[in-house]
Amino acid sequence: MSVISSPSQASPADAGAELCPPDSPALIDASCRLPLVVLFLAAAVWLVIGSAFALMASLKFHAPGFLADSAWLTYGRVHPAGLNSMLYGFCIPAGLGVALWLLARLGHARLARPGLVTLGAVCWNLGVALGISGILAGRSTGFEDLEMPAYAARVVFLGYLMIVLWAVLTFQQRRERQLFVSQWFLFAALFWFPWINSTANLLLLTFQVRGIAQAVVAWWYSDNLLVVWFGLVGLAAVFYFVPKLTGRELHSRYLALLTFWMLILFGSWGGIPRSAPVPAWMPISSAIATGLGLITIIAVGLNVYQTLGGQCSKLWSHPSLRFIGFGVVAFVVVGLIRAAGALSEVSHATQFTWFTVARGMLNSYGFFTMVILGAIYYIAPQLMGAEFPSAKLVTAHFWTAAAGILLFVVPLAVSGVVQGLKLQQPSIPFADIAHGTLPFLRASTTGDLLIALGHLMFLANLAGLVIRFYRARVASAWASATAQIKPVEARA
Amino acid sequence: MKYGPLVFLAAFFALASSWCGFVLTPQLQIGRLQQTNTLGGAAATYPVAWPGLARQGMEVYRANGCVYCHSQQVGQTGTVVDIALADAGTNLTATVAALLSLADAATNQSADLTPLPALELDKSNPTDTNLLSGLPKAFFRSPSPQDANAALQALNATSAKAQLWIVPVGPDIARGWGKRRSVAEDFLFDSPALPGSQRVGPDLADVGTRLPNPNWHLLHLYAPRLQVKGSIMPPYRFLFEQRKIEHRPSPDALVLPADLAPPSGYEVVPTPAAKALAAYLISLHADAPLFVAPLTVATTHAAPATNAAPASEAATTNAPPAPAPAR
Repeated sequence: MSVISSPSQASPADAGAELCPPDSPALIDASCRLPLVVLFLAAAVWLVIGSAFALMASLKFHAPGFLADSAWLTYGRVHPAGLNSMLYGFCIPAGLGVALWLLARLGHARLARPGLVTLGAVCWNLGVALGISGILAGRSTGFEDLEMPAYAARVVFLGYLMIVLWAVLTFQQRRERQLFVSQWFLFAALFWFPWINSTANLLLLTFQVRGIAQAVVAWWYSDNLLVVWFGLVGLAAVFYFVPKLTGRELHSRYLALLTFWMLILFGSWGGIPRSAPVPAWMPISSAIATGLGLITIIAVGLNVYQTLGGQCSKLWSHPSLRFIGFGVVAFVVVGLIRAAGALSEVSHATQFTWFTVARGMLNSYGFFTMVILGAIYYIAPQLMGAEFPSAKLVTAHFWTAAAGILLFVVPLAVSGVVQGLKLQQPSIPFADIAHGTLPFLRASTTGDLLIALGHLMFLANLAGLVIRFYRARVASAWASATAQIKPVEARA
Repeated sequence: MKYGPLVFLAAFFALASSWCGFVLTPQLQIGRLQQTNTLGGAAATYPVAWPGLARQGMEVYRANGCVYCHSQQVGQTGTVVDIALADAGTNLTATVAALLSLADAATNQSADLTPLPALELDKSNPTDTNLLSGLPKAFFRSPSPQDANAALQALNATSAKAQLWIVPVGPDIARGWGKRRSVAEDFLFDSPALPGSQRVGPDLADVGTRLPNPNWHLLHLYAPRLQVKGSIMPPYRFLFEQRKIEHRPSPDALVLPADLAPPSGYEVVPTPAAKALAAYLISLHADAPLFVAPLTVATTHAAPATNAAPASEAATTNAPPAPAPAR
């Protein structure tokens, strides 16, 4: 990649023959259309599948015997299947789709090789389908957030490489040499995932390390994925869409730069739980890094707040902004909770409880999924050149999703703290503690239900948009095909 | 940061540092961990590889996601020292007097000692040598190795043979979930290592000590609420087979109460997977005394001399400095 000193001179100096003026947004959107439609639609389907699994798992706390007689649908398989559908079915591919579009738009360059990106997306989804069925069939690896069996993990990895190779090429072929903050985040994210994923898969599934070192690698992987990768992609979208949709400048590049450095430096050191049966320096360094993560949170909160000019009501001006605004709030809350967890008193009271589940859900759902959904609600109409079939459904999705997340996270967090405090008192029998969590778990089923409902709305709306577009295309192609015949005949 | 290569280098540096920290260094430190010896007279190699059936059971445990509800790691908040008598010596009166003066010191708080039930019970009748029956038993507990050592010397001065027992403490240990904290060594032969992150159900690190009967586990897997009242664990009936009794009932058939029993002429037998899982569960122990997580294995109530011997040796090897406990 050539280094240019001034962005204004960049275009002529840099690319010489290859370089033409910046591609128009319409051209860029056209190049992104097919791969992004495949990525987003498949992601929406996985979202619905994932929430169906989550609902099934949640119902088992109402009646333990519910669907228990089938090995494929036992809690210990349905639960990870749901998490993996969410994580690898929705979060990563949808995040990649948003990343591709942002990289193309910010670089004013068409997406490189859309056909091959589409192939990569298909490969990824095939891998996820293999992986989820593997988990249901009892071939889970047992490592949290990395349950997919080795054969499926390889296909997924290949799919990722096939997408990201062209994303990097798109980045390199950018016409606008000056980098916007989102591009740092995205570019780092692009190669973060292959590194952590290949490390984890090689050391856990292929050349397995011994004993508890496996768990350390697994913790490192899931922290790097859920904190750093999600943070990089999610914040890239936040820093792009908040200024764009409010029509204001991003408040501070330097705060964004600080966020970037803090996230990659300290975010990547979290993850080893306080209680872990490993040498003490590991959980301690994790706790310190997590505490320093507070800087990231403050920098993001401040930057977004200042960008809005202190008027949070601006977030209601665009449906996408609502989702993204919710995501930013969730990001800040999760960050604060995580930083509080660096204190040993807090971590002792919350370890092994539903609190950690609530925190994880608030991160992957409240923050990442909401931001990405907001981005898709903006990007998809651009790609299709048409609005979503139902604007009301978008609003309804926001409210069901927001209510669903709150109804899911709050009861679990409360129940987790109660559970944790009781676990510290040996005089309380364990059976009582387990029973004490049930009302909260049952309340969280409502949240699961609402979230699932929201996902159905999203899928219906997105599918409607895509079907309308391609139907119109087919119709016009058909019309032009049939129209062409006449002049030819006439001439003949 | 205007340039792509710079962003790349920044990210590369950050991830490389984290990779060295949490992937490479753990490999060097605990990835090459070897078997060790347990402390005490009957030093044994620890851990030992899983017996075949238990190894298969670990696969069943992994495949069915038991780890999402059960952790396998015991926590420990600290270590205390118990002052115990192994032998009352020849001058019983002096021994009792020494014990009582220590009890006074404990009440006056001039020494950091807590009297244990063994002492409290007989306080009403102090001259009774019943106080000294059923040795070895612990009389005081102290968080301070210095005070414990002083008490030890006071008792030994009376020709009695006193010992210091190292006792890990914490809520998990008080619940009977284990004898000491879990350490890296415990997971040496686990593949995958499943320390777990949730306690929807109880911790299983030491379940083999707590519930050593495989039949208990089989019944519990088939009908959890039969064994644990109000359990929220789902039943695992797909690990069992209901089949027609051929010539004679299988010896493995579950003994079920009337409401769960199969129709007459049928029996419920565990599949090999269920048997393997039960074998795995009963082989889970977290009570081996290790250098990194010391404890004194001893029976606190009347025990045959043969059992007491390793305990006393364990105590003498560990006692003098009351070595730096886990935390």
